[in-house]
Amino acid sequence: MHALKKNRPLRRIVLASAATVSGMVLLLSLKPHTSPTVATASTKSPVSSSSSGAPGTGTRTVTGDTVQTRWGPVRVRVTIKSGRLTDLTAVSYPQDNPRDQEINGYALPQLRREALAAQSAQIDTVSGATYTSDGYRRSLQSALDSAGL
Amino acid sequence: MGTVFSFDVRGGEPRAVREALQDAVAGLHRADALFSTYREDSEVSRLARGELPVARCAPEVAEVLELAAEAERVSEGWFSTRYRGSLDPTGIVKGWSAERAARLLAAVDGVCGVSVNGGGDVQLLGAPEPQRPWRVGVADPLRPGGLAAVISTAGVDELSVATSGTAERGAHIVDPRTGRPAVTDLVAVTVVGPRLTWVDCWATAAFAMGSRAGLAWLESLPDVEGLLITAGDEVRCTGGLAARLG
Repeated sequence: MHALKKNRPLRRIVLASAATVSGMVLLLSLKPHTSPTVATASTKSPVSSSSSGAPGTGTRTVTGDTVQTRWGPVRVRVTIKSGRLTDLTAVSYPQDNPRDQEINGYALPQLRREALAAQSAQIDTVSGATYTSDGYRRSLQSALDSAGL
Repeated sequence: MGTVFSFDVRGGEPRAVREALQDAVAGLHRADALFSTYREDSEVSRLARGELPVARCAPEVAEVLELAAEAERVSEGWFSTRYRGSLDPTGIVKGWSAERAARLLAAVDGVCGVSVNGGGDVQLLGAPEPQRPWRVGVADPLRPGGLAAVISTAGVDELSVATSGTAERGAHIVDPRTGRPAVTDLVAVTVVGPRLTWVDCWATAAFAMGSRAGLAWLESLPDVEGLLITAGDEVRCTGGLAARLG
């Protein structure tokens, strides 16, 4: 997958991000690792939330917008069952270097459980996290918005 | 500011709220343009280089510098607006601008509750519903997935919650005396009080002080409570914090 990233033009990123989950996996693999100019360009790609499953019935998954953070793009996918958030995963997040991996290995599970706990405990907001969690929160919000929650 | 703000506004006429939100967001961008030390052309960068006197800066610059001087005085120098010898009021701008945005939104007719979260620091005004206070989870820095506490606005009309810590961004708090990352036994400090402008500064200062001095100092401030978590997983609270838990 890494071999792809060097040679594919930006257009592929735009196309991939407009598609579904497989597209997002591709986006993740194409994600520029250290080039800030490409990262800025990808902010402008027409990314939109995508969802699968019929609204209002059974289980649906909804993927949020890709949100650019200083450390790289963040994107989450939520599962909604009968109008309630039942699961949440990060489909893309900064993992370019050991420090990113260390931070996100710790932060993402925490944020996932926070989002689930917040819903069950009627918590309006959370104090304590920055950067990745903001991107995560924004992507989560766009997923919830497009799910109509 | 390199961070993200989220808004939760309850009540009010939708169009008026939308317009106020646009003004609030414009205010944040303006604060960024004035105060960012990452922008060479910001007023604060020009001020720091001696190219622009305070008197010719926007009025907000003098206001923030005055607030920062007050924070430095109250914290006995533990909160500082100088970084590596040059002017850097970044530490106060986020809380100040989030509080200002929250007050702007709360002034809209019919708005009963406002929550503004600026990069994990929160200003709350009013209540989300008539019989329900705002509730803010405090992320537990040592227990992935856990909340260390839940702060409630029950009984008060304004409250803010700010957390300083090393958990996610690594050591980013500098000891003003040494210019090096603060040597502290703490992993996180959460401070609760009416105004985010101050609470955000106090969290930074208490973190740099360490648990013993930080707790004693927070205890000495009126209307301010604190929750301190050490690297050894000890939780220390000021005496009045219990009244704010919910």
